Amino acid sequence: MNSSYAIPAVALVVVATVLVGAFGLRISRTTSDFYVASRTVGPRLNATAISGEYLSAASFLGIAGLVLVQGPDMLWYPVGYTAGYLVLLLFVAAPLRRSGAYTLPDFAEARLGSQAVRRLAGAFVVGVGWLYLLPQLQGAGLTLTVLTGAPDWLGGVIVAVVVTATVAAGGMRSITFVQAFQYWLKLTALLVPALFLVLTWQSDGAPRHAFDEPASFREQRVVRVDDSIDLKLDRPLSVTVTGTVDGRSHTGTRLELTAGSHHIERGTRLTFARGAPVPEAERSGGDLSPSQAESREERPLYATYGLILATFLGTMGLPHVVVRFYTSPHGVAARRTTVAVLGLIGAFYLLPPVYGALGRLYAPELTLTGDPDAAVLLLPDRMIGGVGGDLLGALVAGGAFAAFLSTASGLTMAVAGVLTQDVLPSRGVRHFRLGTVLAMAVPLAASVLVGGLPVADAVGLAFAVSASSFCPLLVLGIWWRRLTPPGAAAGMLVGGGSALLAVAATMAGYPGEGAALHALLAWPALWSVPLGFLTMILVSVATPGRVPPGTAAVLARFHLPEELRTEVTA
Amino acid sequence: MPQDHTERRVVVTGPPRQTLPHARLRSRGRYPQASSGPYRPRTEIDEQTTLGHTYVRSLMRTQLRAALTVFAVLGLLVGPLPLLFAAMPDTRRLEWAVLGFGLYVPLVLLARWYVRRAERNERDFVRLVEDR
Repeated sequence: MNSSYAIPAVALVVVATVLVGAFGLRISRTTSDFYVASRTVGPRLNATAISGEYLSAASFLGIAGLVLVQGPDMLWYPVGYTAGYLVLLLFVAAPLRRSGAYTLPDFAEARLGSQAVRRLAGAFVVGVGWLYLLPQLQGAGLTLTVLTGAPDWLGGVIVAVVVTATVAAGGMRSITFVQAFQYWLKLTALLVPALFLVLTWQSDGAPRHAFDEPASFREQRVVRVDDSIDLKLDRPLSVTVTGTVDGRSHTGTRLELTAGSHHIERGTRLTFARGAPVPEAERSGGDLSPSQAESREERPLYATYGLILATFLGTMGLPHVVVRFYTSPHGVAARRTTVAVLGLIGAFYLLPPVYGALGRLYAPELTLTGDPDAAVLLLPDRMIGGVGGDLLGALVAGGAFAAFLSTASGLTMAVAGVLTQDVLPSRGVRHFRLGTVLAMAVPLAASVLVGGLPVADAVGLAFAVSASSFCPLLVLGIWWRRLTPPGAAAGMLVGGGSALLAVAATMAGYPGEGAALHALLAWPALWSVPLGFLTMILVSVATPGRVPPGTAAVLARFHLPEELRTEVTA
Repeated sequence: MPQDHTERRVVVTGPPRQTLPHARLRSRGRYPQASSGPYRPRTEIDEQTTLGHTYVRSLMRTQLRAALTVFAVLGLLVGPLPLLFAAMPDTRRLEWAVLGFGLYVPLVLLARWYVRRAERNERDFVRLVEDR
């Protein structure tokens, strides 16, 4: 891909982010400004900011890539990301705002009056935040590598530095403007190229086999395999091979590959004939990804439901989402904000499926050559080409960087808030800045050291953990007056902890493939969420003496309209 | 936490004052800030009596019922879809259309329906307690 336009585009996005942030800096004065923009952000600006923050690398690149590889089942991701806001609106939005807390640990303390629960919630915020930051940094690395061939770590470092600087300098107020700006940037960056791509597709005779299974090559295509892979074939396939297949080397030989598994060495060039089905690839060297572990035929129904539950219920517990609701001026505004967010992200999510479908038509070999996450970045060049393709590609690249920057700054903000308040010695703006550096340093180090977790999957893990720990805490904390501190702590530990362990076990490759146990562990939400709720309820019922004395007053504050609040708020 | 522990009760005899801010908010198209004007009648709720808690409980129940209703509709809307798609593997195009484009509008409509209902619940509640 030609990088002569893409690099200026990325640079422009970075500079604009810093400038808009600096604009916010001028009016960010107090600690309250830092954390919640002094609670003066109206529904419309706030909704755009929430959407800008929420549409991460997983939304911008990951969904199209997953759809490209695994077909329409993966469209449950964007549906779940959106529906999560509906669930959040139903059970959490207004009471959460009325609780008057800055962060999730603040909420836990306000509701339960327990330092221990507060610290536990803080630990989960930091954990989920870091888990979610990691794919943002990796996505940035991937984008820069695809665009310029720069080393993997460079993109992550750039995002980390810019985000740390913006957050540490301006806090929440400046972030709000940055996020709102980046929502529109991201929408434009996907929408405009999508229009051109669809026009190209139409002038191409509007081929419709994008929806067929499996995807097939629409013209003769040479694919260079960069990493050794195993091809799994259902039917015999003829390809022309230059390189090593199944341990034997060929030069330009036409091979009839039998049904079954075939090992392709790295550096091999495969030429597929027009109309040949795209074979499924398994990356050798351990599968890190729960979703890649199952092919599209094997994906059990259970996994789909696990995904639905995790995204529907996990959204409310994401630290960077929750912190935004405190910036609404009152509970009614918090509700209206959420409706606007649903509209904004729903509109955005109409676009990734378009890229996914076109990717299946025009770049099906991405499933073989490594990174399907790059589909969105490569399509303009592949389909349109020339200067126009380069310009559109540059626009997409800029939008992708906006995605990394905005989500990463929201997460950094949330994690830094917890670190500052609960870990570092004293509160105040200077310590907040120190917290920011810490919040970003750990996932950056992890992404440089570990690497290689597919973007949408890592995000899925964060959702599962959040759904099984914070969702019970928030829902029961808001609607159930018999919740006790021991119950909350036990529920978070058992629900969130088991989800975390299950996911860690999957990534370590503990149960072999094909086992039913594997699906259970790779998609923990379906059992870990009920487990979290159940533990929280049972332990609370078992410790009736520990119901905090002020519970009735606290719940009244959560639920009463602001017009009725007088002394209760004091 | 209550800072005012006096057990004083005030009988409110005046007309509901809420009509004033509501009319204003309609004309401006925005909601009033959370504030406690001096004119506001003290209610049972402020003083945290048993009766006050009963009021809060009733509000919570109404709001929870609204939330659960919408949640149930969401569940009925979304829940059967994976089964449906699995049962009919030939409906790939339908799956693309429904998941890719079809679900977002119902989601937004559900959200608007809920917000309207929740706000109406709150308005009714305010009228109820301020009329007393």
